Parts: sequence; C-alpha cells; structure tokens
Amino acid sequence: MDIIDRRSNPHGKNLENRRRALGRARDAVQKAVREAVASGKLREAGQGNAVSIPADALHEPGFHRVFSTGERHIVLSGNHQFSRGDRLRRPPSGGGSGGGGSGQASDEGGGEDSYRFLLSRDEFLDLFFGDLELPDLVKREIAATETTAPSRAGLSNDGSPSQLDMGRTMRYSMARRIGLGRPKPAELEEIEARIAELEETRPLSDGDAEELETLRARRGAIRQRMNRIPWVDPVDLRYRRFAPTPKPSTRAVMFCIMDVSGSMTERMKDLAKQFFLLLHVFLEKRYKTLDVVFIRHAETAEEVDEETFFTDPRTGGTVVSTALAEMLKVQRARYPVQQWNIYVAQASDGDNSPSDTPRTAELLESEVLPLVQYYAYIEVMGSGAVIRGDTDLWRVYREISERQTHLAIRQVSDRKEIFPVFRELFARRTTEQAGRA
Amino acid sequence: MTASLTTGASPQAGKGLLYQGADWNFHIIRDCYAAIEEIAEKELGLDVFPNRIEVITSEQMLDVYTTNGMPLSYNHWSYGKRFAGHENAYRRGLMGLAYEVVINSNPCISYLMEENSATMQALVIAHAAFGHNHFFKNNRLFQEWTDPSQILNYLEFARGYISRCEETYGQEAVERVLDAAHALQGQGVNRHSGSRRIDLRGEQDRARERRAYEDQSFNDLWRTLPPVDEPETVANGEKSALRRQFGLPEENILYFLEKHAPRLAAWEREVIRIVRLIAQYFYPQPQLKLMNEGCATWVHDRIMTRLHELGRIDDAAYLETIHSTTNVITQFGYDQGSTSFNPYALGFAMMKDIARICTDPTEEDRSWSPGIAGNGDPLGTLRHAWAEYRDESFVLQFLSPQVMRDFRMFRLLDDTRDPYLLVDAIHDEAGYRDIRRTVAASYDPSAWYAEIEVVEVDFYGDRTLRLEHRTRQGQLLAENDMKLTLKGLADLWGYRVVLQEIDSPTGRVLATHESVSRV
Repeated sequence: MDIIDRRSNPHGKNLENRRRALGRARDAVQKAVREAVASGKLREAGQGNAVSIPADALHEPGFHRVFSTGERHIVLSGNHQFSRGDRLRRPPSGGGSGGGGSGQASDEGGGEDSYRFLLSRDEFLDLFFGDLELPDLVKREIAATETTAPSRAGLSNDGSPSQLDMGRTMRYSMARRIGLGRPKPAELEEIEARIAELEETRPLSDGDAEELETLRARRGAIRQRMNRIPWVDPVDLRYRRFAPTPKPSTRAVMFCIMDVSGSMTERMKDLAKQFFLLLHVFLEKRYKTLDVVFIRHAETAEEVDEETFFTDPRTGGTVVSTALAEMLKVQRARYPVQQWNIYVAQASDGDNSPSDTPRTAELLESEVLPLVQYYAYIEVMGSGAVIRGDTDLWRVYREISERQTHLAIRQVSDRKEIFPVFRELFARRTTEQAGRA
Repeated sequence: MTASLTTGASPQAGKGLLYQGADWNFHIIRDCYAAIEEIAEKELGLDVFPNRIEVITSEQMLDVYTTNGMPLSYNHWSYGKRFAGHENAYRRGLMGLAYEVVINSNPCISYLMEENSATMQALVIAHAAFGHNHFFKNNRLFQEWTDPSQILNYLEFARGYISRCEETYGQEAVERVLDAAHALQGQGVNRHSGSRRIDLRGEQDRARERRAYEDQSFNDLWRTLPPVDEPETVANGEKSALRRQFGLPEENILYFLEKHAPRLAAWEREVIRIVRLIAQYFYPQPQLKLMNEGCATWVHDRIMTRLHELGRIDDAAYLETIHSTTNVITQFGYDQGSTSFNPYALGFAMMKDIARICTDPTEEDRSWSPGIAGNGDPLGTLRHAWAEYRDESFVLQFLSPQVMRDFRMFRLLDDTRDPYLLVDAIHDEAGYRDIRRTVAASYDPSAWYAEIEVVEVDFYGDRTLRLEHRTRQGQLLAENDMKLTLKGLADLWGYRVVLQEIDSPTGRVLATHESVSRV
C-alpha cells in the first residue's frame, strides 16, 4: 500500500474548464452581471460576485425517454396506510413523473434551473465593462514609477534552493570535475571488479599478486581523489537571480462635481450617484492608483468627503463656475498634469444663475478642458422636465462639445438609462473615428 | 465491550488502541490500514487490487467530482459547469462532500479528505480500499467491460491527444465534435453483441501507428486524380451487401460514426473514439451501483465492528462509525419526498439480510431462498453474489420479503388514462413477487438507456442516415434534447439524418424527426 499526500499538488485543475464554461455562456453571464448592477448592487459588485445563469445556456443534450402516455409501475418505500386497491390522487404533474424512471431522476443536472458562478472582481468587471474603454487613454498615459516587480537578472552564487539552476550547476560541476581530473566511477568499478576477480583466484601467481597490489594502491588513490573532489561542490552552484525592476503604473484622478442646490431632488441626486459609482469602478479597473475628489456646489463650491457628498443635504442657488474654480484649485495643488490622468464627471440639473453661465463656459473651455482627459457631463432631469426645453447649461455645453471631442454630454431622466448612457459615453470609438476621418 | 483477548483469535488482538481522538497522521493511517487489511483478508477473504491511498483537500475533492471521479480528464466546458454546480452546492452547505472517491484502476486509488477525523479515515479505508476495491476486482461486469490497469494511462493519452488537436485545429472545431459525441454517449456501447473489453494500452499505440502511416503514405498526387463516376443504378443485392459492409443494424452510434461517417477527418474519428471508450469504461457503474455501495457499506460496517471487538478502536470512535453509517443508509419514505431507493440503504439491507438468511433463516426464508438458507457460509454467499450478479439480477434473486417489509414497499400503477394512481401491490404475501419484479426491472439498464439503432444508409442516393428508436410503452424521446442531439449527429454524419420512433410490438411509426448537417 502507498500513501501519497496530494494536498500540496497544484490546485485549480478546473480553472480552464470553468473559463470555457463561462466563455460558452458569455452572453448569459454578461446579462446576469449587468442585471446585478442595475439592481443597485454596484458597491458589492466591486468585491466580486455570484451570478446565476439559466441552465439552458449550458445544457448538455442527449437521447432521453420521457414517460408521457401508457402504463408504468413504480415501487416506493414507506407504506404506512395503503392496502391493495387503494386509489391515490395523482400528484401535480412534475411530482408524479419524477418518481418514474429511476435512472432519469438522478440524471446529472436534471433538476437544475440555473448555475451560479462565483466571479472574481476582475472577471465581474471585465464582463460588466466588456466592450468599453477610456477615451484618449494613450494620448496622455503617464507613467509613475511606484511599484516594482521581480525580473530575471542573470545568475548568482547563492540563493534559495527553489531557484537553483540545475543545468548551469551541472555544467560547472562537470567542467570542474574534468579540470581537476576526478576519476570516473566506471574506472573505479572496473578496478574493483578486477580486484575481486584476482582475490578469487587461487593460487595467485607472482605477477597477479603484484598486479593486485598495484590495483589496490590505485583503488586507494582513486577513492581518495573521488572523496577529495566532490561530484557537486558549493562553487558549482548557480541560482537564478531576480532583481526588482521598477514597473510603470498609471495614475488617475477623478473629480466628481455635483450640483446640490435646492432644485436637485433626492431622486436626481440618486441618479447622479449611480453614474459616479459606475465611473469610479470603471476607472479603478483601468488605473492602479485612482484618486477621487468630491466637489459639491450650490452658490459656492467646496471639496467634501464621499459620505457628505452623497448624503448631506444642502440648499441654495446655483453658481456652477465656483465648482470649476474649486476643481482647478485642487488640481493645481495636488495633481500636476504631468503626473496624473485627469477625469471630470459633472452632474447637474442644468440650472445655473444666468449671469454665471458665460463665465462657466469660458472657464470650462479655456482652462479645464485643456487639462483633462475626458469630461463627462450628465444632466439629470426631474420627471416633469420633459416638457421643458434645453437648459442654459446644456445649450452652452453642447456648443463647446461640438468643438471639443473630449467633452461628452448626456441627459438622463431615469435610473434605467444610467447604464446605457454610460455605455454610450465609453463605447469603443473606433467606428466613430473612422467615420469622421 | 472493551478489549478482550478471548473474542478474537487474531494475534493483533490486545495490541491496544490504534488511535484516540479525532486527529490523524500518516502513522495512524498506516496502522489502521494494517489492522483493516488483516481483518479484510483473513476474516472476510476479500481479494483486492493493490491499494494506493491519496490524501487530498476538499477543493481537490471537488475537482475529482467534476470528472466523474477520474483524477484527470481532457478539457471541456461541461466539466467547468459541473464544477461550478458542485462548488456552489458545497459552499452553500447544500451538499456534504462524500467521504471518499475510489477509482476502478489498478492500483486502486482511494481519496481521503484531510478534513476527515481519524475514525472517518479508517472507515473510508475499509469502505473504499477494501469494499469497493474487492467489488471492482471480482464483479464480472467490471471484469468484462473495464481495463483497470490501463485506464489512467488512457486518460492521459486522451488528454494529450485532445489538447494537441486543439492546438492544430482550434478549440472550436474540437469542441464541436466533443459536444456532438458527448450527447451520444449513451449510444456508444455495444450492449447486445456481447462485451468487448478493449486493450487500452494497444489503443495508444494504434493511434500513433495510424498517424505515422498517414504521414508516410500521404501523396498529393492522389488528390489530382479525376473522380470516378459512381454506378448509376444499384441492384437490391448490392444494397444488402452494403448493409453487411456497414454492419447494420448498429446500436453503437458512436462506433458507426467513427467507422463510416464519410466526411470526418482522421482526428475527428479519434476524438469520437476517445469519447466512446471512456463511455464504455463507465458503462458498468450505474448497473452496479446498488451492489457496489451495498458491498462497500457492509464491508466497512463489518470491519469497524470487528476493530471495536478487538479493542483497536474505542467506544467514541465506534459510535462515530455507527452515526455516519446510519446517515448514509437512511431511506426516506415516499411521503418524505423520496422517489427512489437509496442504493446505500437498500444495498446494505440486502447484504445484511443475505448474511442473516445464511446463518439464521426463518421458515419464510427457507421457502423463498432455499438455495442459501441456513448454508452457514454468509461470506462465501456474499462473495459469490458480488462476483456474479448485477443490480437487476441481484434484486430478482435476493430481495427477500423481510427487506420488503422493512422498507415498507408498495407498488403503484400509473396509467395515464386514469385520473388516479392505483396501489396494486403492497408488502404482503400476494405482493412480494410483483414488487420484487418491478424493483428489479427498474435496475435494468434498458430501462434508462434509449434503444436507438442505425438501420439504413442511403449510400448511393443522398446519403441519408436512418435511425430507429424502439420505444417502451409509449415513452418517446424528450423532444428538445432529441432535436439538439440529432443536430449534432447530423453534423458528424455530414448529411441528412432521419430518426423514427417505433412502437416495439406493432412496428407502428409513432414519430419521425430529421435534421440536416450544418457543415
């Protein structure tokens, strides 16, 4: 009997199979992922998630018989009250047929309605954002050297045993053995065999006796030499060396600007919040380090923390330019444009005090837009807003967006629209650009 | 019941406890194995393949589950699906992992989970490494259908072959063949024409030779030869010659496709062959589940009891054994939602009952089982049953009134014309035989494999392949599955495929389906 401890064997044998199953049901999985997000579980979404996909996406067919008409017998256990001739009400369909073919009932996956896959955070986001990308990512991708990763850097004389380079070590060992003339084991064996042979011989002739003597001496010398020159000497050992090499990583900062004036209802804020969350997760996936700056504004603007940003109510008039000024102030102080990718997402109901609008436009076009990678403006509309015409802010932004492609503006009036709008904003631009060219 | 030198003649007796408490280590496993082996071989007379015991984690156990208990397999999405299913059920606590998985191979590999307690490890060794192992080695069906010494090598070869095909022809192309072939797995065994145990080692050599021959004999000139015109009319005599040539009717659809499908490449035939041979390896398992589990459970119960009698395990360990055995052999009644018999429960009950009939028969037993009643050789009788029967014949031969009463069995007649189910037999003198016949019939493999045969190939026409399904009592094929499977079959065949469902006694055609190749 052998006992083998396999616990330390490589795990995850089925990762490849799992990947294939997910790939096969990709559409279904993607749909499930998006539904999970739409139902407002984005925060958890970032942590990785379980999604259920309908079983038919992964159905394995085969020829199976089903009992539909005719007669059959079923034997069951646990009879406590029946006698021959008793009649039982037929159980509702499904329950009744389940008792039938004993083989059928235990069939693999027969009773499954859906399969649940536990997705890692990366898988989840990959599926979720599948075909989205950041616009103009390449243009100003800025590398900051912050992290290091080990990479091969030649050989060294010492290191951990797991990094031993067998091939090299044995090459050095062989060179040394040849160089120092270590006797070959075969030679020793030959001599020993001859000695054994001579020792067996009786009587021993003088010549043989002499030979035996020389051989014994030779054997002694060989053994000594073999002991003195080891097979593998510490000087032969070569280890693979790894040196930390700096790895460029990208950094981004995201400014979330929200109008919290009296005209923004809770519902509108909620829409804006959804949008910011999506953007946050999306950017987080693309950038190693992502800073988020929350700026809220009414008549004046201020930088706040996340909690306050989303929950603390505030009222007042609306002066949008103050928010842009605040954003510029923070950017200048903390996020130099040479080192950071800058994104801005602004949500507002489109109200602004009329005198401020020109100033906002001026600030946006000449100061903010040249700095940023992408500027997304979301105008959330109240339920009654449909009848209303374009807002001041919308008109001005639209004008600018016609000149500046990295300003994107969209209107949203319902929670359901958030994700489509988001997708629209970040859909791959290749076709569009090709169209323009 | 503490250690007592008088109970056992074994020299092992009185050696003291093998272990105490729940913790185990490799020494304990070795000691337990030695003690169990002594009882299994000397007292029970079991004859087993050499054992190999592997300790694995629960995660690895899930992997093993996924590939039907095989330690390795080729990659396919269906295993990923199964893995997700098991993983989920396990994580959510819906399913406890089995204590063990054992592989019908030589050496016989049993997996122990690291989470098990020392008692459970001993129980699993008794159950798998001796109970199942003895059954694998001695049952005729296993002997005839499987080649335990080569299965692991063959799986290794299959895995390598399929991954090379994926490299050469693309994953999608290979998956297409595998999907279609998997759907036909149930129709990939020669059930009626006698068993053909396949030399799996020879398989690998054959595949290698075939490839080498193809490489050598490849001559591009052949491709440029003008096609020979086929004769326009074919006499009926030639048709029957054709039938002979194709070996029709043929129940093994995978075999037929592998040999005769006109448009398959050599590697596609080999992939189909791999699926077919693996399906054949698994073919005996479902037909022997009841006996196999009954045998293993009876053996472990017996061995653990002996260990306790000999004072090798303490009372706590013995209670744990009883507790887990009881869990395994629970049979729920119909009113608790059970629709079939738990193979552990019924198998164990029948084994115990046979032993009882041999040693301590009642009058009833003497009239029902005159062959074995009171023969005084329970072990010999059981070993004979384990070797010579399969579930169906075993139930027909050995299911005794006692067991039927214990299980409180009753039989229902389900006639779809009636609005009710009729109880037409219960566990009484008049019903025993009916019940036994029906239980046995439910273990007949033809009750769950659809009988489908290739009956005709229109070779000189449009190459339509005709198949027949001989239905049982109006049981047609499940429609959606049938359509998908037929589509895959048509893709492999390369031309039109027609499947007729035929009422066996009258020969009336109940339904006709067809599918056209998409390739």
